[in-house]
Amino acid sequence: MTQKFRLAEGGRINRDHPVQFQFDGATLHGYEGDTLASALLANGVHLVGRSFKYHRPRGILSAGAEESNALVQLREGPRTEPNMRSTMVALFDGLKAESQNRWPSLSFDVWSVNNLFSRFLPAGFYYKTFMWPASFWMTYEKVIRNAAGLGKGPLGRDPDRYEHRNQWCDVLVAGGGPAGLMAALAAGRAGARVILVDEQSEMGGSLLSGTGEVDGKPAADWVAEIMDELRSMEEVTILPRTSVSGYYDYNFLTLLERVTDHLDDEPDGKTPRQRFWQVRAKQVVLATGAIERPLTFLNNDRPGVMLAGAVRTYVNRYAVLPGLKAVIFTNNDSAYDTALDLRRAGASATVVDVRKAPRGALVEAARAAGIDIMDGKAIVKVNGGKRVTGVLIRELSEDGKTVTGGSQSIGCDLVAMSGGWNPTVHLFSQSRGKLRFDESLAAFVPDKSFADERSAGACNGSMKLLDCLTEGLKAGLAAARDAGFNVRKAPTAPKVDEAEEGGIMPIWVVPSGKRLGQGGKHFIDFQNDVTAADVSLSHREGYVSVEHLKRYTTMGMGTDQGKTSNVNALAIMADLQGVSVPEAGITTFRPPWALTGFGAIAGRNVGEFMDPARLTAMHDWHVEHGAKFEDVGQWKRPWYYPKPGESMADAVNRETLAARSAVAMVDASTLGKIDIQGPDAAEFLNRIYTNAWLKLPLGSCRYGLMLHEDGMVFDDGVTTRLAENRFLMTTTTGGAANVLTWLEEWLQTEWPEMKVYCTSVTEQWATVSVSGPYARHVVGSLTDYDKLGPKDLPFMTMAEMDIAGIPARVYRISFTGELAFEVNVPRRQGLALWRAIWEAGQKYGITPYGTEAMHVLRAEKGFIIVGQETDGTVTPMDMGMDWIVSKKKGDFIGRRSFAREDTARDDRKQLVGLYTEDDPHHVLVEGQQLVAEVKPTPPMKMVGHVTSAYFSSNVGRSIALAVVEGGRERMGETLYAPRLEGGRPVKVTITDPVFFDKEGVRARG
Amino acid sequence: MAKYSVFSLVRNALSYHENWQRAWRSPDPKPEYDILVIGGGGHGLATAHYLAKEHGINNVAVIEKGWLGGGNTARNTTIVRSNYLWDESAAIYEHSLKLWEGLSQDLNFNVMFSQRGVMNLAHNLHDWRELNRRVHAIRLNGVDSEILSAAQVKAEAPILNVSPDSRYPIIGASMQRRGGTARHDAVAWGYARAADQRGVDIIQNCEVTGFVINNGRVEGVETTRGPIKAKRVGVAVAGHSSVLADMAGFRMPVESNPLQALVSDPIKPVLDCVVMSSAVHVYISQSDRGEFVIGAGSDLHVSYSQRGSFEIIEGIMGALCELVPMVSRMKMMRQWGGVVDVTPDRSPIVGKTPVEGLFINCGWGTGGFKGTPGSGHAFAATLAAGEPNDMAGPFSLDRFRTGFLIDEAGAAAVAH
Repeated sequence: MTQKFRLAEGGRINRDHPVQFQFDGATLHGYEGDTLASALLANGVHLVGRSFKYHRPRGILSAGAEESNALVQLREGPRTEPNMRSTMVALFDGLKAESQNRWPSLSFDVWSVNNLFSRFLPAGFYYKTFMWPASFWMTYEKVIRNAAGLGKGPLGRDPDRYEHRNQWCDVLVAGGGPAGLMAALAAGRAGARVILVDEQSEMGGSLLSGTGEVDGKPAADWVAEIMDELRSMEEVTILPRTSVSGYYDYNFLTLLERVTDHLDDEPDGKTPRQRFWQVRAKQVVLATGAIERPLTFLNNDRPGVMLAGAVRTYVNRYAVLPGLKAVIFTNNDSAYDTALDLRRAGASATVVDVRKAPRGALVEAARAAGIDIMDGKAIVKVNGGKRVTGVLIRELSEDGKTVTGGSQSIGCDLVAMSGGWNPTVHLFSQSRGKLRFDESLAAFVPDKSFADERSAGACNGSMKLLDCLTEGLKAGLAAARDAGFNVRKAPTAPKVDEAEEGGIMPIWVVPSGKRLGQGGKHFIDFQNDVTAADVSLSHREGYVSVEHLKRYTTMGMGTDQGKTSNVNALAIMADLQGVSVPEAGITTFRPPWALTGFGAIAGRNVGEFMDPARLTAMHDWHVEHGAKFEDVGQWKRPWYYPKPGESMADAVNRETLAARSAVAMVDASTLGKIDIQGPDAAEFLNRIYTNAWLKLPLGSCRYGLMLHEDGMVFDDGVTTRLAENRFLMTTTTGGAANVLTWLEEWLQTEWPEMKVYCTSVTEQWATVSVSGPYARHVVGSLTDYDKLGPKDLPFMTMAEMDIAGIPARVYRISFTGELAFEVNVPRRQGLALWRAIWEAGQKYGITPYGTEAMHVLRAEKGFIIVGQETDGTVTPMDMGMDWIVSKKKGDFIGRRSFAREDTARDDRKQLVGLYTEDDPHHVLVEGQQLVAEVKPTPPMKMVGHVTSAYFSSNVGRSIALAVVEGGRERMGETLYAPRLEGGRPVKVTITDPVFFDKEGVRARG
Repeated sequence: MAKYSVFSLVRNALSYHENWQRAWRSPDPKPEYDILVIGGGGHGLATAHYLAKEHGINNVAVIEKGWLGGGNTARNTTIVRSNYLWDESAAIYEHSLKLWEGLSQDLNFNVMFSQRGVMNLAHNLHDWRELNRRVHAIRLNGVDSEILSAAQVKAEAPILNVSPDSRYPIIGASMQRRGGTARHDAVAWGYARAADQRGVDIIQNCEVTGFVINNGRVEGVETTRGPIKAKRVGVAVAGHSSVLADMAGFRMPVESNPLQALVSDPIKPVLDCVVMSSAVHVYISQSDRGEFVIGAGSDLHVSYSQRGSFEIIEGIMGALCELVPMVSRMKMMRQWGGVVDVTPDRSPIVGKTPVEGLFINCGWGTGGFKGTPGSGHAFAATLAAGEPNDMAGPFSLDRFRTGFLIDEAGAAAVAH
């Protein structure tokens, strides 16, 4: 259990709970409370990954969400995850992690050859080459693809569960550092419903990384007190390990809570792995802190070069010493804290400060502690490959542009750098807030808010602890007040003792004594290997807009999305252009703040819950009787019912024959049903449908076509007048929701004066349609037979009666062209009805049939199916249905379009029937195109296509429906249907689309 | 200007890349041009390139209110295909695809057009019928397309879930092997550089504030950088076509909707082709960087803002996890939106406007990126002649009067 770099005491780790883990196969030890990164450092492991492009060895840069280097492949098997930031992975017993993007091993990576050739691989090099020979791009590309990518994708199905939670609150506080804690406390005391979110495992933020005091006690104690009070508040929800991933319009925020990620592999099956929150917040307080900027110097990417603030976090929070001999390289005072803490922890520390004679209290403290301060100097080079071995230091000119004099070499194993701090404005920016550039901080800070939101603390540019606490307090109070709460017992800001800080000297590129791009690299975006020279090249070539810069160099396009690189690159570009940083612009911050799991966003909308299947009341019966199912919209419909040994064709032939020769039944429950009521209901239908509805008698049914404004058919169905002001409309199965939307759109936006109310009742009814010569016998045996007679219940009427003792609506309508009764009962009695009809039909040989037989039967009659014969480009006239388009009634939707010259043409594609000429058993392919003239090779002029094609046992041959240009005038003509598989096109003859019972007497019988 | 090649790359490497020239100049606008193209996106820049290259018209300016290529060229999912149903669409998209096939060489700029194949999945019998219809039509139009079984789909894209027990099982797919993806930003840059080399002025940060119209004829535009005269003006400003039309005093049958997309974190290659499923509104490919590029669908509300609502992203995620189970443990790295012009028949408008001398190219909806070369080519011919060419002809604004619609939306997915 050697953790050579673990300090003997201190830190917020649980030394009573040692933990064993593996990295690249080596067994290492750490403690509960560690992150993977802190545990690796405790074991002296600095080489953790390889960069994206040059495969340079990389270590741990940060201690938080901004990590761009130390990404690992976490866990194994179906739970493996690529690109996990080791700085955000909580250590647990048995954790297994592997380094990424290297082969065969992390320390010997063949791909690092890219680094040797890096001179030929500047930003955008691929746009300039790989163009010869033209056909070779994809060969080059294959190599590029294999070299790119980082980790490996998981294989197989995710074994874990994710959950969604929707919540509202008065005040959402993003960030649990000093500002966020004060904001939550203030709002909480005011009685507001507060959600406090922080992505770390515990609240406290920067207070956990330091050694200071708040209110005269150690900061951690103060945090614990505040947390105790917050926990005691009923309306306050505290969410650690939770990131605000997105800030959308109208204060809608998404949060990702990592519920069990910090535990070992086996969640208990009930607890979700992650919870995705969707929160509506009346007010938001952003207290997201700040991210330290790297300095841009030669070889600043070597393992062992870390952000100074992160070093401090490792020392104080995790009791880990990232190095024994440290050089602190800074342009501001904050890094002096790091020097002092390192020194206290037993490391040696030398400060290299680019500022000449810096004068702050911290500087003085460092000096007093005997720390060597080299002012007005810069690191011009870092030595070492897989770990820092030393630095070269030279004198810096006053303007920071050049170095002079001889170089001094210092051996070290750690470089802690600080280029100043960028307020974490990501969420503010996502909320459409406007930024401004603060010269004193040399950073972007929030300017004008757009949403109901306030920034407080470091994310607002206030870097001093007291300011953070005060601003947090104010923001929390104001947020509570704006959310409607009286603030009676406002807390006061605690006292803190704080050193006065000196100013920052912005330096965007640290000169190395050579021209940029010569003799080494100054990295800006570590993950994507974007260097200062790349920015310079981008400028040289005219990619000066910040968006061009980003896209040309790929700066900020990695998994960290530029958290440490963005401002540095922009500032360098501004410098090159000779403009100020804000003039150069800033790229858009887009959600998510940090990588957000797709599984979490999907939540439980996966598997059977993805789009739950709709099942009819008779579904179980269909399953018991061996039905094969077809997906129609969201519904599962019986497709056909094969008997043992039957093929699909056998089954369909048997079902279709039964419907015409005896009796057959189909579950028609899935048709859309809309109850339409109100004094204007008839007039409304008159406008929606193409035919006339005002005079439809009570209890009568009528078929109707609906058109869009362009005159094209979009749905059809039978509608029945149930009462003077009440109709029941049926729609296609798949179109039901669209039709209801359509009706509502017209009622709500165009005709608000109409008194019409539409209600979907699809789910309320179960429907059995009984067809065939014995249909009346079967249904009649379950009710008063006489009520079903041709005079009592004529074709296209409806009557209410009991069927098998169940109150039912019986419609005499027919989609098969046979004598048919459609029996509708309340859904809960659907199965009983189905069984009763099934029993009663036994002596007539009743046969259940599925959608396939239904389609064949209607095609034999030339009845169209909307969505099959029609495709949104077909008018009623094209379908040969002029009879349904009223010439007398007033306006209806789509009517005006019939006057358009193209819509009015009489040689448009029209519905026809087709017979195959050579083989009457050959069934055409639905969708097969038709040509009048066959050419040896395409292109060929198409004149139409097959919309439906079946073998019809009732007709005794194959039949097809098609749309053909000017088809009605081409009866008897021969067309050809070329086949995808080649060979001779199928010869077809154009015929009438009605193949069976042309006079239509059977349905009326 | 120096030609890009592996040799120039090596040569420049020796001088530490300090001698590369600007990819395009940054000129001030001249007082007058023969042809002015409004909109420095892919379509506008392609138009300028072909005006100069094919029609010898070099006195051309492209004016762009922001940074070139900053509209939908920068915001799409980079898919290129030409598997369209109707003859008119097939003609222009296939023309486009042929131009794509030689584009890197034509522009001397590697746009990384990669013909990795585009697969459109069928999940039910209705899809299957439509897919058959399309493939038959596409083939008879002389364009490549084939039908794959579920097993073949699995072989092409092993990460797909082809289990028959899936909620919406994959029963097969159509595949256009010549389709694929391209590096979207590079398309704008390549066209800009090539057009600039032929003398076209590309003027960024120059916003049109009004049109100068006399006696029904356009004479130029007012911009934030002063007035610019032109004999003919072409508008190619997807997302804001209706705004420009309004400035010129006419209305367009165009609605602007946000269309959203997202990318995952990068992983080693696991998906070679593009996979599209209109039934569950998901399309996905893997970029050369290793990210999954995922199309999410458009918001129903109209908007000119390049952001949509989160429900669209959430809405596709279950289907995505069903279709590609491995993504469940992968992560969203970045999401964004573009603004698409949508016409009533979902086909573009390329041609004349009610103002003489003013031409418009818009309404490409979700098909704009793949159409870039073909669109630019046809629009250039139209601007050069003052009359739509054969390719552009059917896509006239007038079709919304005559009813000669080119309805690629096809059937609403209704089934009995």
